[in-house]
Amino acid sequence: MRNLIEEIFVSAFSNDILCELGDSAVIRSGSAGKLAFTTDSFVVKPLFFRGGDIGRLAVCGTVNDLAVAGARPRFLSVSMIIEEGFPISLLKKITRSVTAAAREADVVIATGDTKVVERGAAEGIFITTAGVGDIPEHVSVGPERIDVGDAVLVNGFIGDHGVALILGRGEYDFKSDLESDVAPLAGMIESILMVCPGLHFMRDLTRGGIAAALNEVASASGKAIEVDEAAIPVRHEVSAVCHLLGIDPLNIGNEGKCIIICPARDCDTVLAVMQRHEYGRTAAVIGRVIEYGKAVVIGRTAIGSKRIIDMPSGRLLPRIC
Amino acid sequence: MLNDPRAAVRLVREIEGIALRLAPRRVTLMEVCGTHTAVIVKSGLRRLLPKNIQLVSGPGCPVCVTPPGLIDAAITLAGRPRVILVTFGDMLRVPGGGGSLEAARAGGADVRVIYSPTELFALARENRSSRIVFFSAGFETTAPSVAWTLMQAERSGIENLFVIAANKLLPPALEVLAQAPDLRIDGFICPGHVSAIIGASAFEAVARTHHVPAVVSGFEPVDILLAVLMLLRQVQAAKALVEIAYMRAVTFGGNRRAQVIIRTVFKRVDSEWRGFSLIPDSGLGFTKGYARFDAVMEAGMAVESGRPAPGCMCGEILRGVKSPEECGLFGTTCTPETPIGPCIVSSEGTCAAHYNQKTAGIDDF
Repeated sequence: MRNLIEEIFVSAFSNDILCELGDSAVIRSGSAGKLAFTTDSFVVKPLFFRGGDIGRLAVCGTVNDLAVAGARPRFLSVSMIIEEGFPISLLKKITRSVTAAAREADVVIATGDTKVVERGAAEGIFITTAGVGDIPEHVSVGPERIDVGDAVLVNGFIGDHGVALILGRGEYDFKSDLESDVAPLAGMIESILMVCPGLHFMRDLTRGGIAAALNEVASASGKAIEVDEAAIPVRHEVSAVCHLLGIDPLNIGNEGKCIIICPARDCDTVLAVMQRHEYGRTAAVIGRVIEYGKAVVIGRTAIGSKRIIDMPSGRLLPRIC
Repeated sequence: MLNDPRAAVRLVREIEGIALRLAPRRVTLMEVCGTHTAVIVKSGLRRLLPKNIQLVSGPGCPVCVTPPGLIDAAITLAGRPRVILVTFGDMLRVPGGGGSLEAARAGGADVRVIYSPTELFALARENRSSRIVFFSAGFETTAPSVAWTLMQAERSGIENLFVIAANKLLPPALEVLAQAPDLRIDGFICPGHVSAIIGASAFEAVARTHHVPAVVSGFEPVDILLAVLMLLRQVQAAKALVEIAYMRAVTFGGNRRAQVIIRTVFKRVDSEWRGFSLIPDSGLGFTKGYARFDAVMEAGMAVESGRPAPGCMCGEILRGVKSPEECGLFGTTCTPETPIGPCIVSSEGTCAAHYNQKTAGIDDF
């Protein structure tokens, strides 16, 4: 995917804003100051899963991309591509979800679009959302601000969304009450920025999980990150399913989780604010930025050794044995 | 306890004690199983061992040892009309002579991934106008569930289910490795899953006849450290026995019921392994009563031997005689994103494990 983006789209659309390849584009817009602008498409299967649905996902995904850019999300657009014959009752259910998530995130759905395509041309429904938010002048987050010694935090259990989806697809005969973590993080992030306006970096953990996010951060900042694997919160159920399928929980997608990188002196304050918030109750400090001379992610393993946590490649496939 | 760093430290200390007494002798232990390789990499276990104790990865990744010709046959079958080619996940990206099942799927073939062979049953029923062809790669671990599924299919009169029989048996391959002139193996860390089915006694010939100690290990890092320690004790005492470091799951006799199910559907046949050529009695073909499930025979195809890509050393790497760094393609034209050989595809593959360490410059941290 990364190659596809870089070789085809980035080279074709190349400009200073796009080439940053951040979660959101950061734009200076005259008297409006700094704006964050982002878009995302949602093609999830199944459309409804424990803890959420494609509608909630579409709002949260875009809101979170704006929030981790340091922005306060303001306006969203919602475009729906609907397959002919898709039940109106489900469409209403999804729309209700979109409305509820937007209200929770305090964003206005300012515009949208609807297309109906013939049967077979879409799997039920695809949703594309775009969003705009404003970034306070004093907030500036980016990989270039990351320093050696910075603390790395995560706002809770990882892998819940990916495993809930795997189970929701019914491909494997596992029974579980596990729910997706899909949630808008703008409120929590706003609280964090209030106590730590000098925070260095944030990223939401979506496809590729925490392993992909940490590797992208390392690569973009040119610094190494060391994490204590035992400190990364993983539910027992998630770890059991991953173990059975031969998948690393660190590579599994999330929709309500982010990593925060802040100066070490602010670490305890940020952690306390996160843990007081509904979406950060199980937040933890998982590692730090270290001097190593290479942009890698190093994991301290449970048995006291070290390993490289690599960038997940290709799609996750269960192992044979 | 199993992930307890203190238990790991205690075991490492004991290992260091024996290693020191054995020094300067270099002891080479082979972890046969791909899942062990994955655990060793993920837990950073090699870094905890003394320098004269070397772990080499063996042929225990079923997708890696499947010969390219068989993958090409599966791709050909997948390209035929009204065929649904079904496989386990990590088989999808393994290159045959000229492509992978993933590439075939991108080209329009109906290729699907399942986790358990029991899913084949529903697939066959729901797609009666198609041939369901299951590419059954794996070792003794997956053979019973494949066999059981075919027994059910036979009873239920399901006629559109076929199997490319690519299951392999590990003990014959270990016997070949134990006698290899180009590699001296001082001990085998034997696979726990396979042993749960066939029993630890299946490795008696390796230990007794070929004088290489074998210890069956579980899949926690501490299990593997215990197996290493038990092997070193045998090396120190110049013994060659089969032992079990995974008593909670494995017995010497194994799972008799599973063994009967395997024997009902499959018989031992000579089988080609990538990197080994033909190993006598190391594969599973169909018994007479189940021959109608043979996908290759039903399609009237002949499976060619198939050739690995020029320059690919996966064969030698699977036998433990070459390291990935000795392969000219490694890390340049052959990467996890652009695999030329199988060993870089799955996280269990030796090259994949080495690739991540190499790109990070693991030695100096």
